[in-house]
Amino acid sequence: MSTRDLWLALALVVGGCASTAMTPRATEGPILGSEATPAQIAGWDISVGPDGVGLPPGKGTSATGAIVYEQKCQACHGAKGGGQPNDRLVGGHGTLASKAPVRTIGSYWPYATTVFDYVRRSMPYIQPQSLTDNDVYAVTAYLLHLNGIISETDEMNAQTLPKVKMPNQPNFIIVYPSRGK
Amino acid sequence: MPDKAIVEPAVDQSKRRFMKQSLGLIAATGLGAGGAKEAGAAPPEVPPSMKGPGDGMSQYGSPAKYERKVTRVLIRSQPGTTGSGASRTPLESLDGMITPSGLHFERHHSGVPDIDPDQHRLLVHGMVKRPLIFTMDALLRYPMISRIHFLECSGNSQTLYQPAPPNLTAGETHGLVSCSEWTGVPLRVLLEEAGVDGSAQWMLAEGGDSAAMSRSIPMAKAMDDAILALFQNGERLRPENGYPVRLFLPGWEGNMSVKWLRRLKIVSAPIMTKDETSRYTDLQADGKSLMFTYPMGVKSVITLPSHGMTLRGAGLYQVSGIAWSGNGAIRKVEVSSDGGRTWTDAPLVAPVLPRALTRFRLPWKWDGTATVLKSRATDETGAVQPERQPFIAEHGNNAIFHFHAIQAWGVAANGEVKHVYA
Repeated sequence: MSTRDLWLALALVVGGCASTAMTPRATEGPILGSEATPAQIAGWDISVGPDGVGLPPGKGTSATGAIVYEQKCQACHGAKGGGQPNDRLVGGHGTLASKAPVRTIGSYWPYATTVFDYVRRSMPYIQPQSLTDNDVYAVTAYLLHLNGIISETDEMNAQTLPKVKMPNQPNFIIVYPSRGK
Repeated sequence: MPDKAIVEPAVDQSKRRFMKQSLGLIAATGLGAGGAKEAGAAPPEVPPSMKGPGDGMSQYGSPAKYERKVTRVLIRSQPGTTGSGASRTPLESLDGMITPSGLHFERHHSGVPDIDPDQHRLLVHGMVKRPLIFTMDALLRYPMISRIHFLECSGNSQTLYQPAPPNLTAGETHGLVSCSEWTGVPLRVLLEEAGVDGSAQWMLAEGGDSAAMSRSIPMAKAMDDAILALFQNGERLRPENGYPVRLFLPGWEGNMSVKWLRRLKIVSAPIMTKDETSRYTDLQADGKSLMFTYPMGVKSVITLPSHGMTLRGAGLYQVSGIAWSGNGAIRKVEVSSDGGRTWTDAPLVAPVLPRALTRFRLPWKWDGTATVLKSRATDETGAVQPERQPFIAEHGNNAIFHFHAIQAWGVAANGEVKHVYA
């Protein structure tokens, strides 16, 4: 390597780190993100995985859930999750292979944690993120009980909810990444 | 005789009155120059527009007032809501490959949020070395790329799963696809700054709308061609397309390109959100459901002529349409004017870009007898758009998403074009 080449190599190394470099990598970022604190993250991180990671403290049963449901959910989803004017949430078991499949939490949804995650982030439609975590556990328990998946007295909390087995879960076939088209 | 007014698009119920007037106009011109409406404009008269100055400049332009009938179509929302629903691109009224931003289809799960870009933040956290918060001003200083890509809702054409052909226009059935130039930051740049854990396989993307719409995205896609889009067709994103920043995943089902993006959480496994379990999964005839069916299948549709239009007599017509594939570039579009018995390659209009709408055109001499028009696309991977019958035989009538079979338009002897299953 000649002296000139060495000089060029050195210039590239120095230039790569210097803010005045004329030719940084095309995809080099300016590093303008600010470090997020645990408190900031905790305020925003509302997602709950099927393993229960992300479930907050709290608990609820079907009896309490019925009261919350009547006040906050029934106007759109009908008495006892029967639907109308919006989605039916209960029933439809055994209809998925028929000419008129009824997709509900009980007949279709593969994971019980999704009920908690979705209700907490999105429902009620006009006032999402207004229910307490206890209310969400209770409504989740009520809907699972109406669907015959848990008993009326089963308490839903961060330990019990991820253990609930949804009847249609084995009927899902994960396609990614095996199918390319 | 064959003039430019050979076909005219049908429009939805609300436009019926306008159509009557417009049809009358076209009939009058067709019958001979010099109708009452033409007086003063046709030769030898000097048109009024030349006898005085026109309007001045404007701050933000609009389509010609004579084109006001070209709007989004089939705007539907869930009962009791105004913002949980969809509107569709009027494909039959457009040409070229780019969809005007104001006509890009919409699919919202809880309305279009009003987000002040100065207040908006993007949080990247989870399995990273440095959890980071970005302002929109910061994002605008990052290196950007521009790509022309289609975006298709995976529920596009879902009415065609039904056993009877719908009485709907091309836009009403296929208009949940649009194509724009998207400009933004390669997502990989931000993920590298945050320092993603090598064992992280997934990323949760969450919107800042009132549904907090969220999807799990494979890390391989996030690091490959995902874009944090800030601009659409040269201007900042429209509110209904995710202002001030959206995720954009070229070729994959539209729902995953999360709008109003506020959070990316790097995780080891899918979160199994509502929109990747109870929705956007494909129920098959046997009761099983396909999950994580991300790329949109190879597809095409003839937009001219199409359902609701009327051919004005035998003669030469220009058949035109669009083709696209989530797998890459379109290699070939064939058109049949005999219901699929014989096929002719249709020239593709440049540029032909991967995962972008590709325009095709083919002159067609109609002999005035009843027939069926079809188009069939092939992409660069060799995938061929299937006929509807085998597609339904494979997937059944119960699915909602990922319909991409061949579209057939029946042409009656009287020139009426209608949706048919053939």
